Amino acid sequence: MNKIKKIHNTINSLKVIPYVFVLPFIITFLLFFLYPIISAIIMSFQDIAGFGDVTFVGFKNYRNLLNPHYYNALRVSFSYTFLTIAILIPVPLVLAVLLNNKDLPGRNIFRSSLFMPALTSVIVGGMFFRFAFGTQPTALFNHIIGWFGLEPVVWLQGKWTGMLAMVILCVWRWTGVNIVYFLAGLQGIPNELYESADIDGANGLQKFFHITVPSLKPVIIFVTTISVFGGFSMFAESFAYWTSRSPGDIGLTLVAYIYQTGFNYNNFGFAAAIGITLLVIIMTVNLIQLKIFGFFKED
Amino acid sequence: MKNKYIISKKRGMYISFTVLTVICVLYLAPFFFMLITSFKPGQDMLRNGLTLKMDFDIMTLNNYRILFSEDSRYISWFKNSLIITAIYTAFSVFFSSLVGYGLAVYRFRGRRLLFLLVLLVMMVPLEILLLPLYRLMIEIRLMNTYLGVVLPFAVSPFAIFFFRQYVAGIPKDLIEAARVDGCGEFRIFFKIVAPLMKPAFGAMTILMALTSWNTFVWPLVVLRSSDKLTLPIGLMSLLTPYGNAYDMIMPGAVISVIPVALLFFMNQKAFIEGLTAGGVKQ
Repeated sequence: MNKIKKIHNTINSLKVIPYVFVLPFIITFLLFFLYPIISAIIMSFQDIAGFGDVTFVGFKNYRNLLNPHYYNALRVSFSYTFLTIAILIPVPLVLAVLLNNKDLPGRNIFRSSLFMPALTSVIVGGMFFRFAFGTQPTALFNHIIGWFGLEPVVWLQGKWTGMLAMVILCVWRWTGVNIVYFLAGLQGIPNELYESADIDGANGLQKFFHITVPSLKPVIIFVTTISVFGGFSMFAESFAYWTSRSPGDIGLTLVAYIYQTGFNYNNFGFAAAIGITLLVIIMTVNLIQLKIFGFFKED
Repeated sequence: MKNKYIISKKRGMYISFTVLTVICVLYLAPFFFMLITSFKPGQDMLRNGLTLKMDFDIMTLNNYRILFSEDSRYISWFKNSLIITAIYTAFSVFFSSLVGYGLAVYRFRGRRLLFLLVLLVMMVPLEILLLPLYRLMIEIRLMNTYLGVVLPFAVSPFAIFFFRQYVAGIPKDLIEAARVDGCGEFRIFFKIVAPLMKPAFGAMTILMALTSWNTFVWPLVVLRSSDKLTLPIGLMSLLTPYGNAYDMIMPGAVISVIPVALLFFMNQKAFIEGLTAGGVKQ
């Protein structure tokens, strides 16, 4: 009798206990994810003048998106994402292959040095680049281009030089991280593949393109995915250079636009509408990934 | 034939070594110049930008004295960063390990759905939620508090994912055996599985601490008064148009890197495991 009760208890607790373990996630999901998303959707249809002062305005906020600032923000976010991925996949990949040689002297020192920038916050890195990109002829980057006889450039005021500054800050901080990902992926490639390629007389480049790159496909997909998210949600890099207002909107990314509209102009409804479009963009990218790569095949 | 192969291999190594040396010098240069500049007066940086010049005659320890003088805000920013990092790391590692364990060990209704939701949260950038979360913080009176910075992200989907994968690799017989012995479910977690998860705890502690130490956007929204700021936000606040606080910028930046650099060099392996095990293992 007692034994039956005991078994009963166990079954009972095994039914309940899993939910106790996952409860922290359920609570934070509902309170800090689902609720904010729903309220963002609602806000995007409202004019919010103050805390009690709310009027429903239909699609007005979305219609207002058709303005040059928004187009500009889209362009900046897209170019930034594209450029960072165009650099942060091939460069770390090649460096990881170079680093993967066990006989290379100073291998760990190289790896740690390249990872160092990842330890800094965007702001700390930004403090360096902000002043290194100074307008003065003595400032670091102007000094360097001076060696080649070039005139000083006003880096942080121009559309393309401003973009360059943001991309460089990002590339500096992330190269080491992506190297770590690629190095981890390289460990999984069986050595026999290279050995048999050697026997067939393949050269280094052939081995790189026919063995290394195809074998690293999952890692490349993973790194691309996180880079897309990172790229579209970029704000801190821009803030580090120009805070929330940049000359000619050169640093106005989608998130910077949300921040500016919400916190500088107190136009919460409109800011929420921008956020929803960003959400749609990211979800579309997700779905494409899902479709092409079957990312979610669990276990 | 064989000889030629070895020679070309050797040459390849020289080329790798040279390329890597050049790139590493470029990547480390910002640290070097920040350090050099941190000894120069702020006015010099305001006037000339960050320069390549090594003016030893204008380099002093004065900036560091200002940074750590008694009424300096920097010390309180440093303290705030430490407190927030400690709370965030403790919360996120503890709660995320519970959830990850729950998802890995038990078969229950909604398990698949919950796991998908974890992935979903991982994929939606928090920046989209900035405004509604900000309003929520006002409603629940957590503006300008440490808890307001920490709480919304205290359960990290990335850490959940990591712990889930890790626990899935632990033999289930161990848990079964404990259960047969009449061990309670929580005891199983804390006394039997948690000790086996030590490397995972190590990796996540370090990664969460790094994330929290450097996080910028959310604290920027929540923290409002100058005495509550964390290091990155405090540093940004020094950039006044008059340049009267420029003395503190570079030494402040240099000092703020030191804790994480120490953490990294003492635990490189855990760092790298924490980064890679989440995404790359498939």
